[in-house]
Amino acid sequence: MLRLSAVTLGLVLALSHAMARPVLADDQVTSFTLENGMDVVVIEDHRAPVVMHMVWYRAGSADEPAGASGIAHFLEHLMFKRTEKMESGEFSRTVARNGGRDNAFTSYDYTAYFQRVASDRLGLMMQMEADRMVNLRLDDAEIATERDVIIEERNQRVENSPAALFREQKDAVQYLNHRYGVPIIGWRHEMVALDRDDALAFYKQFYAPNNAILIVAGDVTPDAVRALAEQHYGPIPANPDLRERLRPSEPPQTAERRLIYRDARVAQPYVSRSYLAPERDSGAQETAAALNVLAEVLGSGTTSVMAEALQFDSQIATFTGAFYGGTALDRTTFDVVVVPSEGVSLEEAEAAMDRVLADFLNTGVDAEQLERIKMQMRAAQIYARDDVESIANRYGRALTQGLTVADVQAWPDLLQAVTADDVLAAARMVLDRRQAVTGWLMAEEVTQ
Amino acid sequence: MLRFILPVMLALAALPVRAAIEIKEVVSPGGITAWLVEDHAIPFTALEIRFRGGASVEAAEQRGVTNLMTALLEEGAGEMDARAFARARDGLAASFRYSVSDDALSVSAQFLTENRDAAVDLLRQSLIQPRFDDDAIERVRAQVLSGLRSDEKNPQNIASRRFDGLVYGDHPYGSSLDGTIDTVSALTRDDLVAAHAGAMARDRIHVSAVGDITEAELGALLDSLLGALPATGAALPGPAAPEFRGGVDVVDFPTPQSVVLFGQPGIGQEDPDFFAAFILDHIMGGGGFESRLMTEVREKRGLTYGVYTYLADRDLAQIWGGSVASANDRVAEAVEVIRAEWARMQQDGITQDELDNAKTYLTGAYPLRFDGNGTIANIIVGMQMRGLPIDYAATRNDQVNAVTLADANRVARTLLDPARLSFVVVGQPEGLMGTSN
Repeated sequence: MLRLSAVTLGLVLALSHAMARPVLADDQVTSFTLENGMDVVVIEDHRAPVVMHMVWYRAGSADEPAGASGIAHFLEHLMFKRTEKMESGEFSRTVARNGGRDNAFTSYDYTAYFQRVASDRLGLMMQMEADRMVNLRLDDAEIATERDVIIEERNQRVENSPAALFREQKDAVQYLNHRYGVPIIGWRHEMVALDRDDALAFYKQFYAPNNAILIVAGDVTPDAVRALAEQHYGPIPANPDLRERLRPSEPPQTAERRLIYRDARVAQPYVSRSYLAPERDSGAQETAAALNVLAEVLGSGTTSVMAEALQFDSQIATFTGAFYGGTALDRTTFDVVVVPSEGVSLEEAEAAMDRVLADFLNTGVDAEQLERIKMQMRAAQIYARDDVESIANRYGRALTQGLTVADVQAWPDLLQAVTADDVLAAARMVLDRRQAVTGWLMAEEVTQ
Repeated sequence: MLRFILPVMLALAALPVRAAIEIKEVVSPGGITAWLVEDHAIPFTALEIRFRGGASVEAAEQRGVTNLMTALLEEGAGEMDARAFARARDGLAASFRYSVSDDALSVSAQFLTENRDAAVDLLRQSLIQPRFDDDAIERVRAQVLSGLRSDEKNPQNIASRRFDGLVYGDHPYGSSLDGTIDTVSALTRDDLVAAHAGAMARDRIHVSAVGDITEAELGALLDSLLGALPATGAALPGPAAPEFRGGVDVVDFPTPQSVVLFGQPGIGQEDPDFFAAFILDHIMGGGGFESRLMTEVREKRGLTYGVYTYLADRDLAQIWGGSVASANDRVAEAVEVIRAEWARMQQDGITQDELDNAKTYLTGAYPLRFDGNGTIANIIVGMQMRGLPIDYAATRNDQVNAVTLADANRVARTLLDPARLSFVVVGQPEGLMGTSN
């Protein structure tokens, strides 16, 4: 470990995340929809003979029924077990025997499965993925063992990490009504009771072609993908009972909330605040674009406003940061964090943070800084082309979180169009303490 | 929530490379060698620089000096203080990353073709003329110390430090390159200046470049970027003598899930049996879901989220290591299962089916690694660090395929050493007593 980072502080947001006619979006991306409603996105990169095959479901932990937290993620694990056509474990074994690797991940708004293989094995991957979309056969003994695995996963990710436990409590306080307040992996007391019925109910409700997005990235052509997709996914009927994703929405948040989490394993205390914030919405991403730039201006790197004030002009903090997880189906958060220097109390750190934010609202955005940020955002589009998997993930997150291919395409220009006034307006809107949770992570013994 | 995450140390086990890319050796007019893959599809270049030795060249009483020095390279150079340097870099949208390990100081740069000269000049200043301003030293020192205090309460870090100390003793590998609160607190600016001269010299440098750059352009770049470095640096330490006494070492730490590291003597790539061992490791715990340990510890018993092994072929030591984490009341069983699998493979070897599957995976996955400028640059500088030939990628799969079942099982019998398989457990494990020493 070189230095403090957002990762070591456990601050990386998990919330980071429909086309009738073929759309040729830019020189790399093609999209279309199968007759059964399955959306398809093809991202071409012919530099290496490899392909990333992904199926994303518009179903995540925030779609779970009350009382069954963690079932979206648990089902993701169980999807590697027995199906009508494959033995338990045969899916991954087959991928490996073909020189590929496979895995899956679950977030609040989506669950995704992927395999990375030689491009001539794409058909086999589709055949297996189509099979487990509808043919899962769950066995009670395997469910019990795999439930132990997800409990150990929770131990590893959460119970062993004070920063993760703190964040879990803080999210629960941030959301008064929405499921974003419940951890993706689940509350432990509900996880231990998850069973076959819970898993199958979630599976039957959400796993269907008309609730899925196929993303294929790499050394493939759109025509070849279309032919294979029609062959393997095409025969699966749409789920006629698929409902719109209507989740409990947040009431107006009118009361500032504060919490203190103490843990003997905390060596470096810090203050973290999240503000409820609007997310990117299809056709209306301008505010989110401004918030995205605001996070860069305030708290991304050495030249940001918070770093300048708290790490350079004064030595109040050893680390500062601002984060905005704009890609989300529902209301997201804008986060700021200050890790105080030795001898600086959390109270002093928070007061200093608030002074910086207040000063920023008075003085506004430095024009040169804004220009540097836009230059970096332009360049990011070039660097991103080197990593086709990250482009695939970008589309997967967008399309499962209420956006379209056109929205993804429009995003870079919307970022470039953000003005200093837009950033300031976004800051005035979002930095509202009545919608915020301020948390202190502290050691058990208060030494301040 | 990923279904599982491979720990970072698996990268140590990853072997470099492939055939369809053309690697050219470029020697600059000034005599600096680099490996180049030209690819003009995207208008940027990925550049990787390695200085062999890394933090292992520093004196024990100055532990952490190379790490702190490396962190300060981007904190002011030439006429620019830290903020001016950051503004210049961000204005060019260049990415410079400086890091250090036990074996190398690494510089990873990506820059656009449109402002390549300006970006390279900026990078040059950070490598050749870092300022080590007092205010920057104190700012970054405070960050490192904060990290060190956190490490003291992080079971993963506690386990690594304990494991390295037991295995490597007084060798530089035996302690954390981050240093201790005492050593880092005592470092002076003079120490940092000396560490810079010692670690970053032309006699230990390896370079790769991939992307939108020609041979001639790279040749000129190498001289302007690196030509002013000193010709020679600090002496490299000798090899370590890893010691594995077997048994279990328990470090009491109040946390619900015990973190476990384990290991035994390993094998280097120069050894003719390396690929046989590499295949054994893949079958034991290197191969993700398909490995024996993953099957026995996770899939059959649900004792963990992940269990892994790796062959660490480091410059100065080779070990065969692994890791697992289980709840305090279940970790004893996880350790027992791992021990049993170690003994089973040593006694009974592997099956032809396992060997065939491992080969199919390893040879099939290999060419898929070469899928981007940044990735390829990393792989081919790694090949140089390991002393592999420039055409290694074309022959590597043949070396995997050449391993016979008799080879693999002979190596299993001789290399696997259940008696010396040593465990460090951090947590409050039930039913596990410390048994080593």
